[in-house]
Order: sequence, then structure tokens, then C-alpha cells
Amino acid sequence: MKLVDLVEHLSLEVKTPGADLTREVTGGYVSDMLSDVIANAKAGSVWVTFQSHLNIVAVASLKGISGIILVKNRVPDEDTLKKASQENIPIMTSSLPAFELAGRLYTLGLR
Amino acid sequence: MNRGTDGVFFLTGKDFTNAGSASSNLKGILEKMGIPPEIIRRASIAAFEAEMNTIIYAVAGMMHYSITPEVIKVILQDMGPGIPDINQAMQEGYSTAPDYIREMGFGSGMGLPNIKKNADKLTITSAVGEGTTLEFLIYLESVSQTS
Repeated sequence: MKLVDLVEHLSLEVKTPGADLTREVTGGYVSDMLSDVIANAKAGSVWVTFQSHLNIVAVASLKGISGIILVKNRVPDEDTLKKASQENIPIMTSSLPAFELAGRLYTLGLR
Repeated sequence: MNRGTDGVFFLTGKDFTNAGSASSNLKGILEKMGIPPEIIRRASIAAFEAEMNTIIYAVAGMMHYSITPEVIKVILQDMGPGIPDINQAMQEGYSTAPDYIREMGFGSGMGLPNIKKNADKLTITSAVGEGTTLEFLIYLESVSQTS
């Protein structure tokens, strides 16, 4: 599955224009605790979080995360988006809360 | 493989804008050297946690790295508050991070345990009011198999 499929199926809003949405997504991880993500998320996952500050980009980049989805229409900080473009990490938002979004991702086949 | 390389990154306390860039650069260097991905994964986790500790707690610090065919050695030296009780700090869930740091998703008390889990050797020396030096080693495959 590709990021663009998730965007389509879940009506995600893409916040990083020009981001590479053809990137393959091989799993998912939900956490707002950065140490947890650093320790346990798998490369290729889409990361679902409430955090919107720019350090999420460093974490995603270091872990090889495919893309970040912010829940409940969280608005990413300006500098988060700037950093995300530099590091080539797509950031998307969803109106759903984390629990529901994770459920939808699971239903789409992500593990 | 290359014979080895070393270098240093400078870290500024509370500089969340550049937080993670030293670890990210180190990861890039390891990738260029052809280090196995699993070792890079462990080194990146340990380096990131140590870098974040410096940025969260210290005024400033340095991350030295040296990579030889046998071992990745990373030393973080900071001008920070120091750790009064290292054993306590090593406990999972123990943290002295202020609320605003916790709200950012840091300060869950997993940093040092994460470093310990991913490194082959971790040494911390600290003096309250002066600073902390954290050193970790990750042996490269050829050595860990024979040791």
C-alpha cells in the first residue's frame, strides 16, 4: 500500500506540498511518546500522533517512517512543515481521533 | 570497509529546532560506511536519546564519535545540571523533565534505558552542577561474534 492510497481512502489532508506520496507503507504505529516511537516503530510505518512540533520530523527521519498522520485536525507548526519538506517526510492530517484512525488503517490491511 | 573515522557535533541546550540533527548526521555517516542496518538502527536510537538528553537538560554539549572496523564509540559530554543518582535515572519511567518537555512527548523516563538496551556498553559519569559524560559502545558484527 502507498501513502497516496491512505490519503484517498481516509480523506487525509496533505500538509507538505510536493511530498512523495508514492512511498510504500508497510505498517503503522500510534504513539505520542517520542522515545517509544524511536525504540519501537518499524521503518516503513505510517506514524499516527497528536504531536505537531518539529521534533516529530527528526524522529520520523531517523526511523525511516513513511509518513506522519496528525489526528483530530491538529495543525502542524510552520517550522514542522519546513523541516518535513527538507527531510522529505510527508505530513498529513485527519479529522479522526487516533483510536478511530488506527482502526481504519487496520481495516485497510496495515499491521 | 573504511578503516575508520571520527568527529564531533556541537549541541545547544533547548535548541529544539536542530534537535536530532547530530544523530541524523551520524546515521548518514554509518550508512555511507556500509555498516549493517541493524547496527545503524541501534546506534541511531542510542545517539538520539543521548542527544535529546543533552538538549533537554544541559546548557550545551558535544557528541564525539569514532568508528573503527571493530566498534562504534559515541561520547556525549555536557555542561548540564549533572545526575545526582545515576541508578535512579536508569530506571524506566523515572524522569525529572519539566511539564513542557513532557507535553512534547519527551521525558517519559525511557531515554537512558533505551540507550542501555541498544548499546553493548554504557558508561555514565556525572558531577552535580558540572555536567555529565555518557559513553556508549556498539561492537560491529565481526567482534561481537568472537567476544
